[in-house]
Amino acid sequence: MRQIHEFHVDSTRYLDDHGKPLGALPPQAGNTDRVLAAYRNMVLARTFDSKAIALQRTGKCGTYPSVLGHEVVGTAIGQGMAKSDVFVPYYRDQAAHLLRGVSLTELLLYWGGDERGSAWRKCPEDLPISVPIATQCCHAVGVAAAMKIRDENRAVVCCIGDGGTSKGDFLESINLAGAWHLPVVFVVINNQWAISTPRSLQSGAETIAQKAISAGLPGHIVDGNDYFATVEALDAALGRAHGGKGATVIEAVTYRLGDHTTADDATRYRTAEDLKRAWEKDGIKRLQNWLHDNGHWSPDKEKSLQAECKQTVERAVEEYLAMEAEPPTAMLDYLFETLPAALHPQREQIASKYRGGDV
Amino acid sequence: MSQAKRSIETRDVTLVEAVNMALHRAMADDANVVVLGEDIATNGGVFRATVGLKEAFGFKRVMDTPLAENLIAGTAIGMATQGLRPVAEFQFMGFIYAGMEQIVSHAARMRNRTRGRLHCPLVFRAPFGGGIHAPEHHSESTEALFAHIPGLRVVIPSSPQRAYGLLLAAIRNPDPVVFLEPKRIYRAVTQSVEDNGEALPLDTCFTLREGDDVTLITWGACVQETLQAADKLAEQGVSCEVIDVATVSPLDRETLLCSVAKTGRAVIVHEACRNGGVGAEVAASIAEGAFLDLQAPVVRVTGYDTIMPYYRNEQYYLPQVEDIVKAVEQVIAL
Repeated sequence: MRQIHEFHVDSTRYLDDHGKPLGALPPQAGNTDRVLAAYRNMVLARTFDSKAIALQRTGKCGTYPSVLGHEVVGTAIGQGMAKSDVFVPYYRDQAAHLLRGVSLTELLLYWGGDERGSAWRKCPEDLPISVPIATQCCHAVGVAAAMKIRDENRAVVCCIGDGGTSKGDFLESINLAGAWHLPVVFVVINNQWAISTPRSLQSGAETIAQKAISAGLPGHIVDGNDYFATVEALDAALGRAHGGKGATVIEAVTYRLGDHTTADDATRYRTAEDLKRAWEKDGIKRLQNWLHDNGHWSPDKEKSLQAECKQTVERAVEEYLAMEAEPPTAMLDYLFETLPAALHPQREQIASKYRGGDV
Repeated sequence: MSQAKRSIETRDVTLVEAVNMALHRAMADDANVVVLGEDIATNGGVFRATVGLKEAFGFKRVMDTPLAENLIAGTAIGMATQGLRPVAEFQFMGFIYAGMEQIVSHAARMRNRTRGRLHCPLVFRAPFGGGIHAPEHHSESTEALFAHIPGLRVVIPSSPQRAYGLLLAAIRNPDPVVFLEPKRIYRAVTQSVEDNGEALPLDTCFTLREGDDVTLITWGACVQETLQAADKLAEQGVSCEVIDVATVSPLDRETLLCSVAKTGRAVIVHEACRNGGVGAEVAASIAEGAFLDLQAPVVRVTGYDTIMPYYRNEQYYLPQVEDIVKAVEQVIAL
């Protein structure tokens, strides 16, 4: 018997659970400004998250998916991408959105039931949040194909959860990325849970990263709570994409520290001990420890960062709450570039029903 | 990107050749137009609708995809958000359902949900309908599924001239269009088509024949049988107005209502099954907008509410000329 192909999957981790280096760190650790900016973004994302949940609990925001446990990987994505690259998110990528230029107010509008929350002004080419699982993967390869057709030196980063990798959209898209040699990075954020379904029930494959092999792509695992491992992998994969070397799949292993959304109660399907163990691996605390150990951080700095983030979030909340809803006729005004004549009577009906507003 | 100058020629062409002509014209006029699908590049498509495009415009703009319809739809959406104008071919309408989630949940919604920041100027082409002795899953007419979705246009040509002009319009339209090609008449009729780059209007019906006694409303391949029925009825002294709906969504109700106001009678002909078909929307629109003009109930001549039979029995499913004549005689008698 002749062996045609064998594969291995690498897994990278640089810091232990307490932020102590396990060995030599990658060059990214030497860029203190970038590391500090990463830490600030993670703290801002987490501060925003607890406020959004509080708003939902008090009836001021709709159902909202917590970012807890995803801050590190989102930040690495945001930092790795060039402004001219295109981000194709799923729905738990708040930390990446902030670095792409989505405002906190826009995020609140989206989850607060207002379509203007996806009219992102500062990253106009990024695709909107994708709720139908894994469907965004196909868009990501389409965007990457457009870049390749036009000979542009740009790349796409596409996020997906572990549950999403069970869907054809993911498999079809990595397959096309391999066949067409596309400049795209798939980041699978394996947070162990698809609502209540554990990772073990999604696939018999030992790793998700190895699914990349079937598409002719490299697949790597990183500790998704290890900023250095994650940002190094993103930098390398984006370097490959920009260099015309094709696509990569990164499996960032983390843990969903919150409920699936505010409508979920995770105590129904996972134990307090599991959650406690996951918190011990928290990536934000880990990076804070490392910064502290290396003389870049102090309790005073932490205190003022927390206060600053709180203030930033409060300002966004004020702006969000002060925004009037769009006139109800807006439900037709963006359906087509020009409203077809057939729909004019319905628009008039909406306008007359809600007369009084500027419709 | 490759672009070829194209001269204006007039040729006698079939419907599928007119589709090919429009694709050549659109790609020559606009470097953003790209074509993708299964077997469309080297093979030129299973019906040869895309023949010659690869040679004229190259592999970069004419792309054979892996065999995955969901992927084809989603990839086209991603391309469109970058300002390309993809024309994606589904080999048969029976296989478009794998792409349904992408079409419904993304293509139709992108402009609305981003408040105009991104949009999808794309065309999903698919041959549809029965009558060519094709295998199972190759003969259905499910245009109503798409007509029900806000944000989509559903356009169905009925002749070579209409195919050329409507496909150009669909490609130039800034919003998603589901373009369904009646394969029963892909090669049934030949018409002289001038390859002049002129599009026909969308969102509008075409009155093919004026008449006073009854309005026959139809689209796609059924236009052929409907016109034949109108000829026969003319011999009996019945004057039929024949309307090709062409854009089945959004529906040009005004043309339909004006015609029914004149004739007082309407017969709707479509190949798709009756229950929840586009004919039901047409009939409801006439009931709402022209009830007092009606001298007889609106009648539908359609496929039956069953699975499209395999081809030995398909002629009993498809509306025939005699069925249309009989329906008209029925409403005229009232």
